[in-house]
Amino acid sequence: MADSEQGDRPSEGRHVIYCGVCTLPPEYCEYGGTVKKCQEWLEANQPEMYAKIWSPEVLEAATAALSVDAQKRAARDAQKKAAKAEAAEAKQNEKLASSTITIKRIERNKKKFVTAVFGLEAFGLDLKKVAKDLGKKFATGSSVTKVPSGGEEIVVQGDVSEELEEFLLEKYKDIPGENIELVDDKKKKKAAAAAAT
Amino acid sequence: MFKKDLQPGTKSKLKSSVQRSLRGALLSTYPLLTPYIDDVLPKKGSLESMKLPDRNTLYILDGTTPLFYQQDGPGGPVIPHLRLVHRYPQCFPTIRIDRGAIRFVLSGATLMAPGLTSKGGRLPADDADPEDLPEGEEMEQEVDEEGRWSRELKQGEPVVIMAEGKTEACAVGTLAVGTKEVKAKGKGPVVEDAHFLGDGLWRIAVD
Ligand SMILES: [Zn+2]
Repeated sequence: MADSEQGDRPSEGRHVIYCGVCTLPPEYCEYGGTVKKCQEWLEANQPEMYAKIWSPEVLEAATAALSVDAQKRAARDAQKKAAKAEAAEAKQNEKLASSTITIKRIERNKKKFVTAVFGLEAFGLDLKKVAKDLGKKFATGSSVTKVPSGGEEIVVQGDVSEELEEFLLEKYKDIPGENIELVDDKKKKKAAAAAAT
Repeated sequence: MFKKDLQPGTKSKLKSSVQRSLRGALLSTYPLLTPYIDDVLPKKGSLESMKLPDRNTLYILDGTTPLFYQQDGPGGPVIPHLRLVHRYPQCFPTIRIDRGAIRFVLSGATLMAPGLTSKGGRLPADDADPEDLPEGEEMEQEVDEEGRWSRELKQGEPVVIMAEGKTEACAVGTLAVGTKEVKAKGKGPVVEDAHFLGDGLWRIAVD
């Protein structure tokens, strides 16, 4: 019974290739603001499709179907979109460049440390996922906790500051090395005690 | 409808009774999906729903694959996500816009009749079958070589929007007027609030 069911299964449907840059079917890349990048991606990853979509004949047919006015409007529109996409990218880069990740070694009591990581969400990371990965990587407890000043941090059991920095840089290429700072929280108690007297 | 980015909401698992009634709604709206329904909605698959703005609900398979969205709560029209349309294009009634209309539709504009009645557009042929096929003949509909659907499509019916010179569908939505009226009048809005390539629903991160 089971075999006949399997044998009769119709297909899962077509597998459409999507652009690695703008995510649309590549024949629609021309309507996004990242045409240049889309073309480069397609040429490198799907050369046959690239040749088909961006062939001179196809492009000619595309423009021939539009009136001169419509062509001009479309060109202006494309320019605007490209400018918008560039501005968005520049803004995002700026944001990334100015965001810091803090890895803090905190002494809980003598010889017992935890390591706290703050600021990952600015790089678009899902804290829960990263916490899980870190727990696996260091075979230790790792969880997401709220910070009084707002936001969330990941707290990993043990002193793993340096390994953690290495891990982040290796796994998430978007994070520039100079944006991670290591902090040692060991003297906090003494300082606090000093302030109190 | 989904012009802006969508923040993924919380997902909740559907009871099997709800799952069954959704399956029924799908098959009655899209009879041509019948041979593929076990691939679209595997019996063992886990189906979840996610609330979207404007009384829309998105249905997601196995936590990763958006399949359909439903407008106006249970009983509202079930409309396929474009990725599903791309997998089974032959299962959904289509109309086609001319090349000039593509960039408007892809920016979320209402689809107007001239984009369909022009040389590059496609509506059901003048001798197409009536809107309602006789009972038992629901499977007798398809697109012809020219790109025209074999049946007139009625007001409120979900429709996939193809585009001149392109292979894949670019949008999907419900008809504000039937295709017969579009041909007769030749002007006015035809599909408002479509789900289109690159919109918030296309880009939503469900996992
Ligand atoms: Zn692209």
